[in-house]
Amino acid sequence: MEFRFSKEEEAFRKEVEDFLNKELPPDWPEKSMHWPGGYGSIETKDEERLRIIKRFRSKLAEKGWLTIAWPKEYGGEAHSYMEQAIFDERVSYYRAPGMGIAIGIAGPTILMFGTEENKRDWIPRIAAGEIEMWLGYSEPNAGSDLASLKTSAVEDGDEYVINGQKVWSTIAHLADYAWLVARTDPSAPRHKGVSFFIVDNKSPGVTIRPLINIVGVHSFNEVFFDNVRVPKRNLIGRENLGFYYLMTALDFERLMVGIGGFKRVFEQFLGYVKEARRDGRPLGKDPRVRFRLAEIATKIEVAYMFFWRTAEMLDKGLVPNVESSVLKLTTTELSRDFADAAMEILGPYGLLETDSKWVPFRGLAPRGYLDCISATIGAGTSEIQRNIIAMRGLGLPRK
Amino acid sequence: MDLDLTNEQNILKATARNFFKRECPLSRMKELKEDKLGHDPELWRKMAELGWMGVMIEEEYGGIGGSFLELAIILEAMGEVCYTGPYFSTVVLGGLSVLSAGSEEQKSQILPKLATGELVLAMALAEPGTWYGIPDMKTVAIVEKDSYIINGTKLFVENGHIADYILCAARTDNEKGLTLFLLKGQSPGTECNLLKTLGYDKQCQVVFDHVRVDKTSVIGRRGQARPLLEDLQEKAAAAKCMEMIGVMQAAFNTTVAYAKEREQFGRPIGSFQAVQHHCANMVTEVDGARFLTYQAAWRIAEGFPATREVAMAKAWTSKAAQKVTALAHQIHGAVAFCEEHDLHLYYRKAKAAEVAFGDTRYHFEKLARQLGL
Repeated sequence: MEFRFSKEEEAFRKEVEDFLNKELPPDWPEKSMHWPGGYGSIETKDEERLRIIKRFRSKLAEKGWLTIAWPKEYGGEAHSYMEQAIFDERVSYYRAPGMGIAIGIAGPTILMFGTEENKRDWIPRIAAGEIEMWLGYSEPNAGSDLASLKTSAVEDGDEYVINGQKVWSTIAHLADYAWLVARTDPSAPRHKGVSFFIVDNKSPGVTIRPLINIVGVHSFNEVFFDNVRVPKRNLIGRENLGFYYLMTALDFERLMVGIGGFKRVFEQFLGYVKEARRDGRPLGKDPRVRFRLAEIATKIEVAYMFFWRTAEMLDKGLVPNVESSVLKLTTTELSRDFADAAMEILGPYGLLETDSKWVPFRGLAPRGYLDCISATIGAGTSEIQRNIIAMRGLGLPRK
Repeated sequence: MDLDLTNEQNILKATARNFFKRECPLSRMKELKEDKLGHDPELWRKMAELGWMGVMIEEEYGGIGGSFLELAIILEAMGEVCYTGPYFSTVVLGGLSVLSAGSEEQKSQILPKLATGELVLAMALAEPGTWYGIPDMKTVAIVEKDSYIINGTKLFVENGHIADYILCAARTDNEKGLTLFLLKGQSPGTECNLLKTLGYDKQCQVVFDHVRVDKTSVIGRRGQARPLLEDLQEKAAAAKCMEMIGVMQAAFNTTVAYAKEREQFGRPIGSFQAVQHHCANMVTEVDGARFLTYQAAWRIAEGFPATREVAMAKAWTSKAAQKVTALAHQIHGAVAFCEEHDLHLYYRKAKAAEVAFGDTRYHFEKLARQLGL
């Protein structure tokens, strides 16, 4: 038992920190308006911000860290899961942009299951950070029950013809390609008739319609596919194995919970509470405030434990069925609880938005209070996570 | 990072688990609740033979010189069977005090006998009206020639009724500082009465009426016991968490097994999502508590500062143990609401452990101070 990093891990962590300190503006973490765990408060309009993110990504690519989890022969560094976890933790602690769909999900899946042609077509461009993708999973009638998806891909000569609609398509309007799952065999059992495709956003018949989320941000879209023709070579791996790929590729996503963001925003909020006074008394001397903050600190610690544990299990070749779902469950529930605590502690001032004169904590709390709703819904609701824990983890019967 | 036990520790865990399951099943614990001693001396002897009394005692005093983690593993296994007996008060409270602050003479006097199971120790801190932590005390020790004369009333002295020695904290004269005394359990002037509790443990009220002790029976330095006791309480809180981990894990395992087997509406109740989600929430609590607690125990074993980690562990685990044992009852339904069933032992144990060495509110306040609030 060893609740600390090895010397090598410490050194790597320091290297990551030095990089982040060098490549990000010093006030970057203090400016971030993203609520940890949320999907909807990602800034998409601020041009200056987008420019910095782009530059940061290219620096990451130069350093070889954009593909930190990938095997060496594809330009990766083949770091252990623990080192990836350390990297993710530091990056999210500095509130730097995460790795995105192309690097985080599409790339590893292609490396594992793609044809040689798939690899040649996509891997170099993904690895260089040249292209970004959006996740084409959810549909109006396929949310938690993803297997009921209806978007179809029908073979026609050298192409597939795609028809259907995707929704909750995060940053589809800023990305280049869809990482799309569509039904290729309607007669097969639900899980055995879907396939993965990469579809160019610019293809004729693709219509992207913005969905403004409750935070007021354009993070989501609905995307319509109307007889969109996709070259056959854009089919990833083999036909009808899409669900199998999807389940296997989950490992790549397991650690992507933005864990460091919770710690950073908590520290920032703690800093605010230590300075603030209410009715002439220090806010931090209120017993209820002290209790709530200690409680959130403990929940963050618990989430960190599951985070390190998941990474460690993956390195040991164990399957973290319970742990990774619990990690998702605890971080996203924490997203809500932390927002709730912040709003409670700020009282009426918690309602003030960023530009208001008397706004505390740069108006992050009300933004978090809205965005945290998405945390426990996106990427598998809390209820789905509990189902997975119960059935896959604890072996409780389906019927 | 390595959140798994070492091979040796896993062997100890398996040995301890098997031992307690075999020698001390829950049914035996129920028989003992009306017992005068409150524990099974035969079981005590066997535990001593395995070296568990001396787990943290150096070899020169007849122990096996293990770390706090080894002690923690034994406590976890005890929790799984809701072990009731003088282990905690003897080995954790008494043993660790003598180990950390006892004089060479006191160590030679106590530790070898402790290691062989010949001694039962108890700790007397709380008094009527005190709450958690190390309170201001009314019990007072007045110097008289080469002795101290102790007067006062102590509460929640676990196993005081059978203790060979009671470690008693008191003020000396009119000083504010506290002093820890090593008293013979049956010293003249000592009156011990059992307090009936929900936890089925043997809590006592101990009244010291002009109890005379030799000056050499001071553990550590006169008037300087507070830091020693605070350190002890921190370790005791972590140790209590370990016991609770065992309690929770066992209650949880029993419950999942029951949910798979119990049928209603023609199907196992574990196939209902409502029950599944209870179970998922339970495992989240249990595993979270385990990691926090092991982290705290590991830091203590390594000699690192652990105040923050212990506060988190005790705050979280105390609450988690309530939630898990309460949900265990909910899933079992009416069948477990009878004395004959074992489940209420876990529920009782969890409650008793929650209030031992500070509850969630107490430890969150400690943590808030650690956060700089």
